[in-house]
Amino acid sequence: MRVRIDPRAEQQFFRALLWLLTGVTIFILFFIIFYVLKKGLPVVSLEFLTKNPVEMGKAGGIFSTILGTGALTLLAILIASPLGIGSAIYLTEYTRENWVTRVIRFGSECLAGIPSIIFGLFGFIFFVVKLGLGWSLLSGGLTLAFMILPTIIRTSEEAIRSVPYCYREVSFSLGGTRWQTVTRVVLPSALPGIATGIMLGIGRSIGETAAVIFTAGSSLHIPTSLFSSSRTMSVHFYILAREGISMSKAYGTAAVLIVAILAINIVAYTLMNRFMRKYC
Amino acid sequence: MEKTVIRAKEFSHFFGSAPALKRISLEIFENEIFGIIGPAGSGKSTFLRALNRLNDLIPGSRTEGMLEIRGRDVNAPGISVVELRRRLGMVFATPVPLPRSIFENVAFGARLAGEKSRGRLTELVADCLKKTALWEEVMDRLDSSALKLSGGQQQRLCLARILALKPEFILLDEPTSGLDPISTMKIEETLRKFRSEYTIILVTNNTKQAARVADRTAFFLDGELVEAERTDKVFSAPSDKRTNDYISGKFG
Repeated sequence: MRVRIDPRAEQQFFRALLWLLTGVTIFILFFIIFYVLKKGLPVVSLEFLTKNPVEMGKAGGIFSTILGTGALTLLAILIASPLGIGSAIYLTEYTRENWVTRVIRFGSECLAGIPSIIFGLFGFIFFVVKLGLGWSLLSGGLTLAFMILPTIIRTSEEAIRSVPYCYREVSFSLGGTRWQTVTRVVLPSALPGIATGIMLGIGRSIGETAAVIFTAGSSLHIPTSLFSSSRTMSVHFYILAREGISMSKAYGTAAVLIVAILAINIVAYTLMNRFMRKYC
Repeated sequence: MEKTVIRAKEFSHFFGSAPALKRISLEIFENEIFGIIGPAGSGKSTFLRALNRLNDLIPGSRTEGMLEIRGRDVNAPGISVVELRRRLGMVFATPVPLPRSIFENVAFGARLAGEKSRGRLTELVADCLKKTALWEEVMDRLDSSALKLSGGQQQRLCLARILALKPEFILLDEPTSGLDPISTMKIEETLRKFRSEYTIILVTNNTKQAARVADRTAFFLDGELVEAERTDKVFSAPSDKRTNDYISGKFG
């Protein structure tokens, strides 16, 4: 005889189970953030943020690494966004599904799965050595751009695809060309999704270590041009911790990094919400 | 004497190898409301979308025979599709306001055509909204989202949006299928008023609507034109038994 389970008991059981799973996830997340902030925040001061590292980072602040992180991330986004959004527009609006699009998509998926250290190695061999760009913001930015490109393509493609087909029909029926339809109807509606992809890209670049240590180098000087070598916060953290230079400065750097990522996400979501609420 | 503005001669439309329209021959006169009735899948919408070549968007779309607007084949190689579509404004079954303000929705077509003068756009938008009897209802909130309007208002907005193109023809694809009777009535009233200025082709799944507003009515079935006659004749003495069966509700 089959055992009958009371539907209400079943409901309660799974509710509790799912609650528990969610709870564990959130707990781990908050624990990590809390732990790093607790260790790191006491080190953070105005001086820490605005002074350059002294004695390899044993003393002083992390100003040049904040600049380096910002510059590299900005560069990566500026390079990857037009490439990624352009590819996504081509794949969704300008061509029909065929073997070419499948090859492009497959290639981009593979690219997304490659470990960042491989990108770092490639960037070192290709940009730093072969193209002679040296350890520089440019080499690092290009490497990061290629690393985050698949994410931006993928999210942009999905965002563009989710724009209702009838919007395109309306635009075409009103005498819109394909380009007008894409720029005035499709992209504005897809913008929140595309922005999410760019945010993910920023998140990946800002915390990336392996791909930049080989390409942007680890100079502690303030970068002055695209060809300056520079150190990012995550690389700084890695070197401080691995070389045992200063654990407290390392945690300070990590805390700043985490707060920066949180702040960027909060600002982005606020902007996006404001944008969405206007007409949707 | 009626002037023929649209003429189909042995016109067929295929999607892949399947014909959606089979050798249609008909004429549509200037300034009439031409109703098209028929069950789902009978090719009504395909015919409408063949006129403004919106079918081009569907992969494998192909035509045979001739479809002329004012003596020019719409599928001729030299035809500018963009220009063609501006001459034939189209309203869809579900109201599709773009996620923009009411103002920007109506101004959209003009903006696509390159109009930038705020003054001219303001005038145009007001004019079109008045023609669709929407002005009184929205004049104080032109900048709020068009998505906040009711279904009936949205459909009248879509109508205003195509008027802004200054089209010669208005194509309506079951424009009231999702609307309540009062909104439907308002749209039908507007259409009757439009007859003096535009030639209107009204595809409808509601035979009574064709009886109410169309001057002539065509009955499509399985991609074929069964008959096209004066509306009173179609509804009182159809020449084909299938027409009679459809309008009396035996199938459909």
